[in-house]
Amino acid sequence: MPSLKQIKRRIGSVNNTKQITRAMKMVSAAKLRRAQDSMMAARPYSDRLRALIRDLAARTDRGLHPLLAEREPRRVCVVVVTSDRGLAGSFNLNINRRAHKVVREMERQAEEVKLIAIGRKGYDYFRKRGYEFIQHHIGLSRDFTFSNVLSIGEAIRNRYVETHDEDTGLDRVYLIYNEFKNVVTQEVITEQLFPIVPELKTEEQYPVDYVYEPSEPQVLDSILPRYANVMLWHVLLESFAAEHAARMNAMENATNNAADLIESLTLQYNKARQAAITKEILEVVAGAEGLE
Amino acid sequence: MPDTIKLEIISPSGLVYQDDVRHVQAPGEMGYFGVLNGHTPMISALDVGRITADRDGGRDLFATSGGVAEVHADSVIILAETAERRSQIDVDRAEAAKQRAEQRLHSHDPTVDFERASTALMRAFNRIRVARGV
Repeated sequence: MPSLKQIKRRIGSVNNTKQITRAMKMVSAAKLRRAQDSMMAARPYSDRLRALIRDLAARTDRGLHPLLAEREPRRVCVVVVTSDRGLAGSFNLNINRRAHKVVREMERQAEEVKLIAIGRKGYDYFRKRGYEFIQHHIGLSRDFTFSNVLSIGEAIRNRYVETHDEDTGLDRVYLIYNEFKNVVTQEVITEQLFPIVPELKTEEQYPVDYVYEPSEPQVLDSILPRYANVMLWHVLLESFAAEHAARMNAMENATNNAADLIESLTLQYNKARQAAITKEILEVVAGAEGLE
Repeated sequence: MPDTIKLEIISPSGLVYQDDVRHVQAPGEMGYFGVLNGHTPMISALDVGRITADRDGGRDLFATSGGVAEVHADSVIILAETAERRSQIDVDRAEAAKQRAEQRLHSHDPTVDFERASTALMRAFNRIRVARGV
């Protein structure tokens, strides 16, 4: 049985941990809110762009635009979106396992599978298993702004568009990320980033006959990259929100576990204290008896 | 016919501006164009430049790095990748970005992405110009 002092010290250290996990939970809750707000704010912009693309893709020859043209998926790229930091429960593990499975499946079908990492945890996971990355973007969570996401989007798009004739090119780019379902659940999603797939709905979104300046293809040219950027922004916000929801839950559990542990340690402490008192009384009584 | 037109500027970070204005000027890819009430429905790609909104009470200026404008007879919706109100532009940051881009363009480093550096320079220059009101 540990001594009273040892138990007391343990209670103190568990209590410290509990305070830290509780603080982390609160920080995550605030960041989650911010991500959710940004997601809502981006919606009007992305909805309108999507409607415009739908309209334009129906009017122009899709095969002509490099971001729309379907090619035989010989060289496939997988963008693994994880967090930079751990302590988020099974958040990163779920992504990495799924991504690993997807990559192995694609390796069987495509000639080449290339990897891009957004977030340190995915980068580390695949590096440890001997994979190479053609790009990695780490440290975004420190400065999570649209302009930083823009430069990542630009880097991926350049890789897709500008080198599509050479051996280094890519035919298809997928994103694997955690979608924020609600505060307790995240779902791993695989989504195609390039070529862009316009949702062709039959409902008349734009009954007006517009004049396009300078021309339809040029407007499409200007919109498509912007759409890809906002799509990536949305995916990263989803992942960011999911990360913080996961961390919030993990920290909530840790805080509860610490509270349970403190309770049982306190009980143990009280028992030990009582035992010591009883022992002392017995000794006193035995001593008194010895005097008679 | 009312002589104002509804202007909305929307960026990925949300609604930037919404007001009834007399006249809107935006940087089309073929040059600046102006919109008054009763304009033909038009969709135009926007370049890096300045958006001007003339209200009864004054004028609002924005720096944009491009986007697309949807023009209807009684409204203009500008979807801008970035749109910063003149008063909110951080001139020091723009100056720093401009210097960085210039340095990259002047260095003879073969790894420099020339196109990216020159668009960065254009954006920074545009923000400075809008902020200074030149």
